[in-house]
Amino acid sequence: MTIALEAINLNKNFGGIQVTQNINLQIQAGERRLIIGPNGAGKTTLFNQITGEIRPSSGSIKIYGQDVTNLPANHRPHMGLSRTFQIINLFNQDNALHNIALALLGVDQRRFNPFKKLKASDIVYEKAEAVLKTIGLEGSAHKKVGEMSYGEQRRIEIGLAMSQNPKLLLLDEPLAGLSHNERIWIKDLITSIPKSTTIVMIEHDMDVALAFAEKISLLHYGRLIVEGDRDTVVNHPQTKEIYLGK
Amino acid sequence: MSKIAAGFFAAIGLVFLIFLPFYFDEYFVNLASQILIAVIFASSLNLLVGYAGLTSLGHACFLGLSAYISAWLGINLGLGHAITAPAALVLTTLVGMLFGAIALRATGLGFLMLTLALSQIIWGLAYRWVSITNGDNGISGLTRPSPFGIDLEISSHFYWFTLIITIVCLFLISQLVHSAFGSSIKGTRDQPRRMIALGYNVWAIRWFTYVTASFFGAVAGLLYVYFHKYIHPSVMAITVSAESLLSVIAGGSGTLMGPVIGAVMVVILKNYASAFIERWNMLLGFVFLFIVMFLPKGIVSSRLSLFSHKVDKSK
Repeated sequence: MTIALEAINLNKNFGGIQVTQNINLQIQAGERRLIIGPNGAGKTTLFNQITGEIRPSSGSIKIYGQDVTNLPANHRPHMGLSRTFQIINLFNQDNALHNIALALLGVDQRRFNPFKKLKASDIVYEKAEAVLKTIGLEGSAHKKVGEMSYGEQRRIEIGLAMSQNPKLLLLDEPLAGLSHNERIWIKDLITSIPKSTTIVMIEHDMDVALAFAEKISLLHYGRLIVEGDRDTVVNHPQTKEIYLGK
Repeated sequence: MSKIAAGFFAAIGLVFLIFLPFYFDEYFVNLASQILIAVIFASSLNLLVGYAGLTSLGHACFLGLSAYISAWLGINLGLGHAITAPAALVLTTLVGMLFGAIALRATGLGFLMLTLALSQIIWGLAYRWVSITNGDNGISGLTRPSPFGIDLEISSHFYWFTLIITIVCLFLISQLVHSAFGSSIKGTRDQPRRMIALGYNVWAIRWFTYVTASFFGAVAGLLYVYFHKYIHPSVMAITVSAESLLSVIAGGSGTLMGPVIGAVMVVILKNYASAFIERWNMLLGFVFLFIVMFLPKGIVSSRLSLFSHKVDKSK
């Protein structure tokens, strides 16, 4: 079985604070992995190391067998890695279609072309419209993102990552702040992503997240405390003590 | 404004500019030439300020460097304009590459201070390196080129020459900002963190924009030294950079027409007001204050769109 993501003896210090402590992680291709842990456990910091936004202090990261520890963050999407942000991070002054189009151009050679204008009929817009349809916003293509509801913005956040057709998708709390109906909608959207995309998700909503996860990793103070399938982790005494409550 | 109306007004404006020397005396023709040079300079700065979101307070160093290089090569080595002009453009752009690599170690206020510091180094060198720059006396005795035998000493000829260069520069800048790469420049202005996550090399995009801006600044510098036939260190002073920045912000940053209108406004104010008021800078300050208070996006406000055209909404 191919390993999509591997973290080996990963450590990260911010001065005297160790936010990632000797983490070893192996995620199989096509797997749905849930990362849980209380606030400050180091989940997002782990994501930031995987995406290259911050460099690990020691240890290494492999994506589909390739060591990417020292690879610049902007190279990783070209290897099939996409992510969403915990705090929504969009081009608010522009419309939904242009947001997705810019994401598509990010993995397109034409992004280097300083002379050629994109025509309104360009394939990139067709693809962007298809993505908007997938995230249920086909009717809002020309709506300014900054004027959309939080739920719609959250969908675009996921749409940006999905549009690049990633092999490895990191979702950082995709359900945070959403209403019950929106949560169900987003959960269905994530569930519909084909198995050719490996998904690693940080999420606090256990009702939704547990149904999604095939394997779960529990982090606490930067350490990997428990790892295994749903039942193993949920029934583990340390999970109850640290995260779920007794 | 529809495309047809915009095209119509652009055509009328172009005809007016072409025939301007036939209807105005030499003073106004020279003033128009100065405005065109200021337009190229402000538009080059706008690439940084408006499109890349990088506010520079040292852009005048490229104007001055290009002018000094051209003047020095012509006076000291006796080289013709066919060699000094490309040499000035290339060497200034090379300096732009180096300064870009240094200044882009920071963004925001840090970037602004680094650009200011770098330009002050060049300004200081121009004043103090007397053996090369002739210090406070500047370099005089320069000539204008005669492309294809056309005598640019004649004001109208120089004006038309400058007009052609301005149109070419604005066309090239327009192509750049409306291209796919232009969309990525605007993306780095708005959400650099997201752009990295989408696979864009934000630093390289900013650096390329800085270098391009330095190139167009060098073009303005060449025209400046051809116009004045004299170069003095004061051309690289902070006030020159600030005036251009004022043109961009007042006119409307992130738009093609904004710096054009801003440059026209600043040069006319400077030329007219200085004839009547000694402290014309104060008047410029009041105008700037008025624009910032009542037109915060500038005279021409930007749509701030990542892409340059509207996609058919009827679909």
